[in-house]
Amino acid sequence: MNIEFIIGKYNYWIYIILMMIGFYAMIAKRNLIKKLVGMNIFQTAIILFFVSTGSKKGGATIPIIYNVHGKAVGAIEATQYINPLPHVLMLTAIVVMVSTFGVALALTIMIYKKYKTFEEDEIL
Amino acid sequence: MRNHAPILIIIVPLIASFINIVLGLLKKNLCYPLVIATLALCTFSSLVTMNTVIDTGTIHYRLGGWAPPWGIEYVLDHLNSFVAVIVSFISLIIAIYSKRSVEQELPEKIVYFYTIYLLLITGLLGIVVTGDVFNLYVFLEIASLAGYALIAIGDDRKAPVASFNYVIMGTIGACFYLLGVGYLYIMTGSLNMADLSNLLPNLYHSKVILVAFAFFMVGVAVKIALFPLHTWLPDAYTYAPSTVSALVASTMTKVGAYVLMRITYTVFKPYFSVEVIPVSTVLGWVAAAAVIFGCIMAIAQTDLKRMLSYILIAEVGYIVLGVSVANRMGMTGAILHILNDAFMMACLFLAVGAIVYKIRDRNISSLTQIHRKMPLTMAAFTIAGISVVGIPPTCGFFSKWYLVLGAIEAQKWVFAAVLLISSLMTALVFFRIIERVYFASSTSSVTSHNPGGHHGHEKAVVDEAPLSMLIPILIMAGGILVLGLFSGKIVSTVIQFAVPASF
Repeated sequence: MNIEFIIGKYNYWIYIILMMIGFYAMIAKRNLIKKLVGMNIFQTAIILFFVSTGSKKGGATIPIIYNVHGKAVGAIEATQYINPLPHVLMLTAIVVMVSTFGVALALTIMIYKKYKTFEEDEIL
Repeated sequence: MRNHAPILIIIVPLIASFINIVLGLLKKNLCYPLVIATLALCTFSSLVTMNTVIDTGTIHYRLGGWAPPWGIEYVLDHLNSFVAVIVSFISLIIAIYSKRSVEQELPEKIVYFYTIYLLLITGLLGIVVTGDVFNLYVFLEIASLAGYALIAIGDDRKAPVASFNYVIMGTIGACFYLLGVGYLYIMTGSLNMADLSNLLPNLYHSKVILVAFAFFMVGVAVKIALFPLHTWLPDAYTYAPSTVSALVASTMTKVGAYVLMRITYTVFKPYFSVEVIPVSTVLGWVAAAAVIFGCIMAIAQTDLKRMLSYILIAEVGYIVLGVSVANRMGMTGAILHILNDAFMMACLFLAVGAIVYKIRDRNISSLTQIHRKMPLTMAAFTIAGISVVGIPPTCGFFSKWYLVLGAIEAQKWVFAAVLLISSLMTALVFFRIIERVYFASSTSSVTSHNPGGHHGHEKAVVDEAPLSMLIPILIMAGGILVLGLFSGKIVSTVIQFAVPASF
């Protein structure tokens, strides 16, 4: 494994590092809010991963194609356009993640009302 | 109508859940009839769909008319139309049951309860009918979010904490599933299950595909609470309101088990998990551990619902064990067990719900001589208990029979032994309760609870749960016996076609 392999795919390395940070926080932290922050980092890392898979280097752009219905234009070069599908998937996933976060925050409010603390050790 | 039955299965509860919240603001009493009507329609469309599938074979429903690899496609074959019927029918019966239980436990939240209830059903049925891996993720999250909310909706002090832990574990599971989808998409550029199943065999030795499969397995294992990842389940199902426990216990893990079958045997070809990497062996040992662990923990419990939760973990182990032996008998047993276990768990949790409704206590020691007070409920509980143990006229026997035959055919003697030993252990669990209910002398325990011990017998007049709760319990108990008698018929009309063709 040479250095270029690591640098050339830096976005994936960041995704892995972020995901591990979030994962660690979800599992190991004893404070409920810290767990939720970890959950958010974890999910954001997945968004980064998906968006990375769709992107292309070298001036690729969004897939809005001009003059398709008008005069004949040349064949569409797939390499000039970013794959939009991972981005669309992530739009849906973001909605899901926001609602998960909302439900989890509502639960922490309920927990706080009942126990007056966010620390897991004091709850039990 | 007939052509659009597959989509109606999902659309009807989804739209009804939004109508329900508006209607509930105007008049609370209308929610219950609306939910019953919705789920009846839902059950009807799943039955129509299953009938069509039996007559004409697999249905492909294209959403918006887009052709499969690009558009989302709903595919209904024998396996998932069967699971859809189970889920919609069980949810209908539990909805009928819910009225009095919810009025007692959540008097102010009836409208919200039914709205989330319908959303949960939407999510579960969506998981079942879809033929698209990403669409499955979205429905998985709809079902899970509704599940988190329903578990926390009760007044129990520990419910929010249990639900919070479930959120954390469930999110990890769902995110792993999503990563699996991402890895498959990188390699194949497709999200359609049938398309993936065609594209993947050339790539089976790629590391990315192996990682994707690992993510899928771990993600789904969290969702179905397979043994080492089960920690969220006992708390969540114990502290939830009775109706919710019955619903999630009988449907959610079964749908998760369906997803496991779908991924291991449809998205990936069966030989992948058997020959390419030894997943099925690992899965089998984990499932065997789950069965033993669940039974041992169940013996140790004093809380009825917690005991049933551990039984449920063992039952999940049975289904996964059937999947893992990877032959026709084992798979038949696993699919039949999805049906039987849904009925058994629904019956047990509903009966416990009725007990809690009447005596407001779910400790096993409070059950002494309760058959005098609630004879029919306890009869149903006993039938379901016997079925979990696996005694012949009940349906639980037949699925275990197939599972044991599957294990023997695969020459995995340890698994066959585990199945038999676990039957003995569940017998210990249930006969302990049955003994206390029917044969324990009431005086000793009554004196310990209240000083006027001699009134114990005189107080024992029949005081059953209300009819709207009793009838669903009896339907489920009757269903357990009927399914037992007709299990051969079920296997020959539906299940034998649901088993992957290469077995």
